Amino acid sequence: MINKLSYSKQKGILIISFLIVPLLLLCLFSLYPAVYLVYLSFMNWDGYSPVKTFAGFANYKDVFANKEIWQAFSHNFVYLGWGLLQNVGGLVFALMLNSKLRGRNGYRVMLFMPYIMNGVAVAYMFNYVFNSEYGSLNTLLHSVGLDSLAISWFGSPKIVNHVLGFITLWKFLGLNMVIYLAALQSVPSDIIEAARIDGASRMQTIFHVILPNMVRVIELNLFLTIIGTLEIFDLPFLLTKGGPLGASDTFLTKTVEMAFKFNNFGMASAMSLTLIAAVIVILSVQRLVTRRWSD
Amino acid sequence: MRTMRFQPLSFLKHIFIWIAIAVIIFPPYVLVMNAFKDKQEFTQTSVFKMPNSFLNFDNFIDVLQRAHLDKAYMNTITIIVIAVIGNILLGTMVAFVLGRFDFKLKKAVMGAYIAVSFVPTITTQVATFTVINNLHLYNTIWASIVLHFGTNVLQIFIYLQFIRNIPKELDEAAMMEGASLFRIYRTIIFPLLTPATATIAIIKTIDIYNDMFIPYLYMPSRSLVVVSTSLMNFSSERSTEWELMSAAILMIMVPIVVLYLFFQKYVFAGIVSGAVK
Repeated sequence: MINKLSYSKQKGILIISFLIVPLLLLCLFSLYPAVYLVYLSFMNWDGYSPVKTFAGFANYKDVFANKEIWQAFSHNFVYLGWGLLQNVGGLVFALMLNSKLRGRNGYRVMLFMPYIMNGVAVAYMFNYVFNSEYGSLNTLLHSVGLDSLAISWFGSPKIVNHVLGFITLWKFLGLNMVIYLAALQSVPSDIIEAARIDGASRMQTIFHVILPNMVRVIELNLFLTIIGTLEIFDLPFLLTKGGPLGASDTFLTKTVEMAFKFNNFGMASAMSLTLIAAVIVILSVQRLVTRRWSD
Repeated sequence: MRTMRFQPLSFLKHIFIWIAIAVIIFPPYVLVMNAFKDKQEFTQTSVFKMPNSFLNFDNFIDVLQRAHLDKAYMNTITIIVIAVIGNILLGTMVAFVLGRFDFKLKKAVMGAYIAVSFVPTITTQVATFTVINNLHLYNTIWASIVLHFGTNVLQIFIYLQFIRNIPKELDEAAMMEGASLFRIYRTIIFPLLTPATATIAIIKTIDIYNDMFIPYLYMPSRSLVVVSTSLMNFSSERSTEWELMSAAILMIMVPIVVLYLFFQKYVFAGIVSGAVK
């Protein structure tokens, strides 16, 4: 029957019937929640009562007036520092693996492995590394006589975020590396050879020929890293519960707590939108900077 | 014949990489050393010391029963199978329509998928929660399934790259013989997308297996545990019994590592084509 229809009619039917389910899901679980989030941020709502009252900008005022939230947000910048280090490391290892190195495929498989591991399992695994009394790290430090370095890693407010930041580096360095490696392999080899023939040193070639050809990928990796660090949630949630005394809270652990522990969905929505706004601002700044650098 | 020459630079590279590998291996190595020890052996020996026997599976059997891991594996696999089928069907359908036809709202459809990919998913959960609740999916396995079921911008990009490489002449030849557009999708496009489908299936399997937030938030019931939440529950009860926890962590970690080692080609293809695009 359908064969009898003209192709232009078929086309119309096919487009609609193929897109209806995917678009319905997209609207229901992605677009609608995003819009609803904006609406909720102007409301007072406990999450289950049928009554929502209009709050105006009160939720946003509360977010910006709340010192604890911004204290928690400042912890995200510790992760950002580790994230930048992770990018430098990823790039360095990618440069190493891009040469004719024996066993480079095996190396790539090993260095990328942490990225595919289950996050909950990784978090608890590091609990046994950094535990102050029985942790394998402190055991190792004691056994080589570095007793003064064997501190309480999760117990010290100044160190705890760095420990968690290190775990993110451990897990995500391989991801950055693989993306950089793919970009390196797509840099045309003739321009590299031309630079070498012109007498450029190894370092000069990297900084003046290879990296400028990778600006878009560096931008992308930084984008992924920044979003990742602003969205840090699972590690403090699983390992420290934000402790000691809120020293390892992040913006998102506070947001989730606000919604699902204090049942203040209006305020939690305002916090979510503030975070999305922060992502957009930081990404715009980053775009501006990298664009200037590439010109 | 090439002579083997000592190259200081590559020697340095090897050293650097092996240091990194040592840092990566150290935490799982300690787990492996201790997961095979019984309680007494664990308290009496160093955490770095080899167990008396690597054939002592008592901890693993214990964990399997006490953490309800059988249920967790079953639930996780159920979610993965149904959601991945959804991703493959919907992803190929959207990519077929976007890759082969011109229509008014084409740009809007692509734009919508790109736009939502910029909104961090965790931040919208407050609102998603009410949607799931109103659909009466809260505390059912369907919560996780429907949230993973729809396709996303990464999958559409990967499929589109492949569709562009399928010559349009194939479609035209089929049309000359009177094949319907749906038939072209089913018998030409879909089979030729198989390499992309393999990549997407592997990437999504890893994604869902490692997902903690959605099951934690939407499926709190004990009978709905998945691998991540079963480990969380087990940890809250027995976090001090390290030899048991070591076994539990390994049992959650190892299946996906094995999968990765077998299908690394597809994993890298997925990561790279998503990124370089």
